Amino acid sequence: MEVLMSLVVGILFTIGTYLILTKSFLRIIIGTALLSHGAHLLLLTMAGLKRGAAPLLGQNAQYYTDPLPQALILTAIVISFGVTSFFLVLAYRAYKELGTDDMDKLRGSDNYE
Amino acid sequence: MTLLHWAILAPFLLAIFVPFLYKYLKAIHTGWFVLLLPVTLFIYFLQFLPNTYNGNPIIETVNWIPSLDINFTVYVDGLSLLFALLITGIGALVVLYSIYYLSKKREALGNFYVYLLMFMGAMLGVVLSDNLMVLYVFWEFTSLSSFLLIAYWYERDKSRYGALKSMLITVLGGFAMLAGFILLYLMTNTFSVREIVEIAPTIINHPFFLPAMLLVLLGAFTKSAQFPFYIWLPDAMEAPTPVSAYLHSATMVKAGIYIVARLTAVFALAPEWIWLVAGFGIFTLFWGSFNAVKQTDLKSILAFSTVSQLGLIMSLLGIGAVSFHYTHLEENIYTVATLAAIFHLINHATFKGALFMMVGIVDHETGTRDIRKLGGLMGLMPITFTIALIGSLSMAGIPPFNGFLSKEMFFTGMLRAVELDLFNFDTWGILFPILAWLASIFTFIYSLKLVFHTFTGKYQPEKLDKKPHEAPIGMLISPIILVSLVIIIGFFPNILSYSLIEPAMAAILPLGLDERFYVNIYHWHGFTPELYMTIGVVAIGLAMYYYLTKWQSIYKLHPEKLTLNKFYDGGLITLENTSDKFTHSYMTGFIRDYLVYTFAFFVIALLSAMYMLDALVIDFSGLAPIGIYEGILSLAMVIAAFVVLFAKSRLTAIIALGVVGYTLALFFVIFRAPDLALTQLVIETVSVALFLLCFYHLPKLKQELNRVRFRAVNLVISVGVGIVVTLIALSANSTRLFESIAEYFVEASYEEAGGKNMVNVILVDFRGFDTMLEILVLGIAALGIFAMIKLRTKKEEGHEN
Repeated sequence: MEVLMSLVVGILFTIGTYLILTKSFLRIIIGTALLSHGAHLLLLTMAGLKRGAAPLLGQNAQYYTDPLPQALILTAIVISFGVTSFFLVLAYRAYKELGTDDMDKLRGSDNYE
Repeated sequence: MTLLHWAILAPFLLAIFVPFLYKYLKAIHTGWFVLLLPVTLFIYFLQFLPNTYNGNPIIETVNWIPSLDINFTVYVDGLSLLFALLITGIGALVVLYSIYYLSKKREALGNFYVYLLMFMGAMLGVVLSDNLMVLYVFWEFTSLSSFLLIAYWYERDKSRYGALKSMLITVLGGFAMLAGFILLYLMTNTFSVREIVEIAPTIINHPFFLPAMLLVLLGAFTKSAQFPFYIWLPDAMEAPTPVSAYLHSATMVKAGIYIVARLTAVFALAPEWIWLVAGFGIFTLFWGSFNAVKQTDLKSILAFSTVSQLGLIMSLLGIGAVSFHYTHLEENIYTVATLAAIFHLINHATFKGALFMMVGIVDHETGTRDIRKLGGLMGLMPITFTIALIGSLSMAGIPPFNGFLSKEMFFTGMLRAVELDLFNFDTWGILFPILAWLASIFTFIYSLKLVFHTFTGKYQPEKLDKKPHEAPIGMLISPIILVSLVIIIGFFPNILSYSLIEPAMAAILPLGLDERFYVNIYHWHGFTPELYMTIGVVAIGLAMYYYLTKWQSIYKLHPEKLTLNKFYDGGLITLENTSDKFTHSYMTGFIRDYLVYTFAFFVIALLSAMYMLDALVIDFSGLAPIGIYEGILSLAMVIAAFVVLFAKSRLTAIIALGVVGYTLALFFVIFRAPDLALTQLVIETVSVALFLLCFYHLPKLKQELNRVRFRAVNLVISVGVGIVVTLIALSANSTRLFESIAEYFVEASYEEAGGKNMVNVILVDFRGFDTMLEILVLGIAALGIFAMIKLRTKKEEGHEN
């Protein structure tokens, strides 16, 4: 299972990176979203999969899944949500002000004075 | 802190008060207040003469950074005292001269005297410091204050060019010297010059010995304007004339001479030292005097003349260093070279200072320094003419002035070089007297030119801006004192012999404890080769001066393109262009390029680390089995991700991204993470809504128009990133070094924190700090979004872009 998940994570990273390298601002943001999905999945996979009950003590199980990575992922999800939404509004504002979402055109001029 | 330390720091302290004196006591020329200090210091340093005469150097230490062996140690021996007296004595005369030279009304006198005092203090620090690091600090202070003084008239382009040039060259040398000092420290474990001298013979075979020598020499040569680093000196002539007289003839340019003299005892046992110092010195002497003849600006002549005279002193120090290879004073014939070096050092300070002041007077009274416009000033400015005549004849080496005496001794020293049977001197040594003799002829020519082109010949009032007349008496005092010294030393050469010269020699060549050098300077040696050489110089010099116009065209043979100034300017431009091109070659301004660098580095570094450290371990044991649901979900996620990639409309891309997110939530369900699943579902919904909201206002996703080559690079890099992540995940999963700390949370969640949902207990109790800051992140994002939407500054005219 972990091998399969590693492959899926690898594919998510590949596609996310490819999107980040394109010209469109929107695709870059979609790429970062894919990258964060990949990262969250990676965190979960690294803790080991399917090794016990959900981390709720009421279940009275003998083994529980490791709760720490889940807490870490929860924090990461919230933070990446905050950053993504900020980015989105930034893209929106940039498009409104500058009239393009092409990164090649959003390039600083050489005459920095 | 002893009085000696305060003497070095006094100029800096006075410099603090100069602006106040300048501002609040406008009626009196600020120079008068400044004048008191060098006079006082000069008298103060005179009282050390008995100490150095008796061979009792004075050492005073104040701790500065004892843990690094850096302490402010002042060491007064013959050499230091000689320089200190030169610095304060000529300093006083220059300040006096500047009072009359610089106008109280037009010039920013506050700045001038602050810089000048900084320089004076720094120079005293250089010559009196025993600790190499402290010496270096003062050394850089001289470069800095010299830079400020050269650019004193900063509104002129040439001043700024000259200042920058001298700064670049001297600081380059200063850095090299610092490296040399550090190497010396590594060899000897001390920064104290005295202690280094004591253990110098033991380090001669150390591998750092030669690099240290070369680096120190680079510092000394750049400061003392030796070939090929002399090029800053002629351009430094844009400084006010008192500065040229003080810094660029009498003191700062002799800092390099001082370093060479001071460290002779460390390095002289190596033949490389003798060859380098003597060789570069003699060539600088010849080259400087050769080029001085063609100059048409009075200060340029003096600048090249200074270069050449510094080369003379340097070559004498080089030959003098041979003394270290003799143990008995009686058979040592090379000490005469050191004697000549010190004697000429004093003489040069006197006549060159006077000549610079003379040129300043001519410039001040006529408005030009161009000898093609000058002429026939003898009758109008008789006193200035007398000063110029005495100074020039002394520089040319004509009896009865002091320059004659040092030139005779210089010839003696150079002739001795031929007799040397060490280090191949028997074959190449013959070059020394020949070059010395040729250089003396050119020296003779430009000395005559300096006086006679200015003061005799046709008077051309129509070419002059002002009507010339004799300078005010205040301006004449300083050069008169200096030429008086030229005459006094010329007629009574031995008045300084044992008070100044012998102690300084003893400081350079510490031979024996009870021995004293025999210093006796005569005018008449009998019919020696030196005398014939001098007669030859005068005869050929006169003839060549007479036919100057006939042979002056040889200077045109030297192509303009090959001059060192062209090389320096071209080098600077090439440096700037190359670094500009290099920067622009990779700083393209496209974010994609920077991301490519980042990802490429990530892939290459991690892959090579994995390969080199043999870190790729894949262990398939202990894996969880793959169920049917997980298989389907994985497939769904991969397909959705590819749909995102190939989507042509933004709606498809967003929905596919949503599918990835929801599949992730389902994975969380399967992998027993209920809280994550909840959060992921909610957040994915909100995100997709946000995406839709924003994309509604944006243009349709266009077809990718990038060329295939770019796509290929992107593909390679992104596949590389994916592979690296997968490989790291696999090998990390295969190598678990220790058990998880999960047991603790399972046990303590309820007992210590009173909660059964372990994830939530971790979030708010065990690791509540993370949660607090994560809330802060959300708050900042919300505020930022609000600010972006609501706060807008109006577009101004000519806004950037």
